[in-house]
Amino acid sequence: MSQTIASDSCIHAQFSLTRQAKGREDFVLSVAAKLPSQGVTAIFGQSGSGKTTLLRCIAGLETAPQGYLSVQGDVWQDDRRTLPTYQRPIGYVFQESSLFEHLTAQANIDFALKRSEQRPNAAEYQQIIDLMGIEHVLQRYPAQLSGGERQRVAIARALLIKPRLLLMDEPLASLDSARKQEILPYLAKLRSSLDIPILYVSHSVDEIAQLADHVLVLEQGKVVAQGDISDIFARTDLAQLSGFDMGVVWHGHLQERNEAWHLARIKAPGGSLWVRDGGDAIGAAIRTRILARDVSIALSAGEDSSILNRLPVTISQITPDKDPAMLLLRLISGRDCILARLTKRSVEQLHLYEGLQAWAQIKSVAIMR
Amino acid sequence: MFTDADLDAIWLTLRLATTVTVLLLLIGTPIAWWLARTRSWLKGPIGALVALPLVLPPTVLGFYLLIAMGPNGWIGQLTQEMGIGLLPFTFWGLVIASVFYSLPFVVQPIQNAMEALGERPLEVAATLRAGPWDTFFNVVLPLSKPGFITAAILGFAHTVGEFGVVLMIGGNIPQETRVVSVQIYDYVEAMEYGQAHVLAGLMVAFSFVVLLGVYGFQRRGTSVWGSR
Repeated sequence: MSQTIASDSCIHAQFSLTRQAKGREDFVLSVAAKLPSQGVTAIFGQSGSGKTTLLRCIAGLETAPQGYLSVQGDVWQDDRRTLPTYQRPIGYVFQESSLFEHLTAQANIDFALKRSEQRPNAAEYQQIIDLMGIEHVLQRYPAQLSGGERQRVAIARALLIKPRLLLMDEPLASLDSARKQEILPYLAKLRSSLDIPILYVSHSVDEIAQLADHVLVLEQGKVVAQGDISDIFARTDLAQLSGFDMGVVWHGHLQERNEAWHLARIKAPGGSLWVRDGGDAIGAAIRTRILARDVSIALSAGEDSSILNRLPVTISQITPDKDPAMLLLRLISGRDCILARLTKRSVEQLHLYEGLQAWAQIKSVAIMR
Repeated sequence: MFTDADLDAIWLTLRLATTVTVLLLLIGTPIAWWLARTRSWLKGPIGALVALPLVLPPTVLGFYLLIAMGPNGWIGQLTQEMGIGLLPFTFWGLVIASVFYSLPFVVQPIQNAMEALGERPLEVAATLRAGPWDTFFNVVLPLSKPGFITAAILGFAHTVGEFGVVLMIGGNIPQETRVVSVQIYDYVEAMEYGQAHVLAGLMVAFSFVVLLGVYGFQRRGTSVWGSR
């Protein structure tokens, strides 16, 4: 029984699409996936992997004949009918600015509110306007806004109609890195303060590590991996994907802080990590990312090293890396795991083998909020 | 400076051009939208048909319309059955002829503006729950405003400037079909160059101001929005 309910609260998507592209191989999207309809699900893949096409199919902007789509038990597409986009209770944030140029930011938002069945109450309205920090730009036209402001208005516009599903197609891709840093915190806040399932298309591992709870990896139109972010980011076989900067994501919480050193200790199932104190409250949930290239192995505790974080680990797996000089090691640490990327030479010289107890020295830990 | 006949001609010309412009905006908009959006093979032939008046001598167009609107033509039969009588040598005959004659000047700027919009605004509207009609009236039309302004100006000006079609269809009836261009022709025929000068000068000034307006407007182009 509980299985049925769980299954109904999911997104079932099945699309198969062929497209004639000039001088290029036919592009095929062939996806049959069950996605959770809560939290942030990232659809990851290189350009041309079909991730945007998948999102467009879910929005109904693209129609895959003989596709099937149900969201939380409601069928949006099957053999008999396909719900047009304007009848789907979605919010969609496009890659580049999508504000209507002839309307002010406020009028853009009103356009959406006027047509929506679901309207926010005054408090919810204000919450989203504040969350996106756009109060002061509402009377301006899109041409008078910066790229980051435009995108924040577009996100607010999509949120204010209270969609049952929020679809975001690389919302940060068209922005420079300064603007990205400007918006990322808003998105992170979004995840924690609103209860809307989000499908987030991105080719940026950084963004996904920061935002996603669940990851779907696409390659050449097919699903190659799917799962919880911690599991996906700990998989060594995905190291072969180009652009995938290997590194595990740990979920922990702030345990204590040391005022004198300006450090904070984060406790995670995999062990404790000291990080720079970012001023978070004791007990705050903190997500950290440990890149495989920032981890080295020592056979002893190495008290004479300057490395702050040393964890006792067991080497569980040694696999080849896409770089012939490197090997990828999977290390068990407590109830979590770490990936380490070492040269073959080092592995040879230290006589590392699967099952060996060793110390992982972690050069840096990235904090994601 | 202007004789009563001149003022009649000017008033008639303005009335004709205004009527034709309004009708053309109503007729041209769906045609432009269809041409901008369709992937049908008919796009080429229909587009060419709309553009024909650009290259045809007005007398050719006028000749065929005269025959069609005549007692044995299909338009003529239709108007007779409807009890309107025959259209040649009437104001409304001129209106119909002018609609055909000025059609490309209205359809093309609107079509260009609509094509320039691309898919994106339509998709955005759909994700914001706007149905097709809603999107057309509240997104496509306002975003194509620059195209409509250019279309209206060109359609109006081109109708003011027509001569060949008027002569074929309308002849030379005071207060009914004698527009400014025909009036000038009459003056020249009668060797009254002084009066011809006055009206001709007026037409030059009018045309120059109109084109100045169109080019000035196009130069401002994209900054039409948000420049309050």
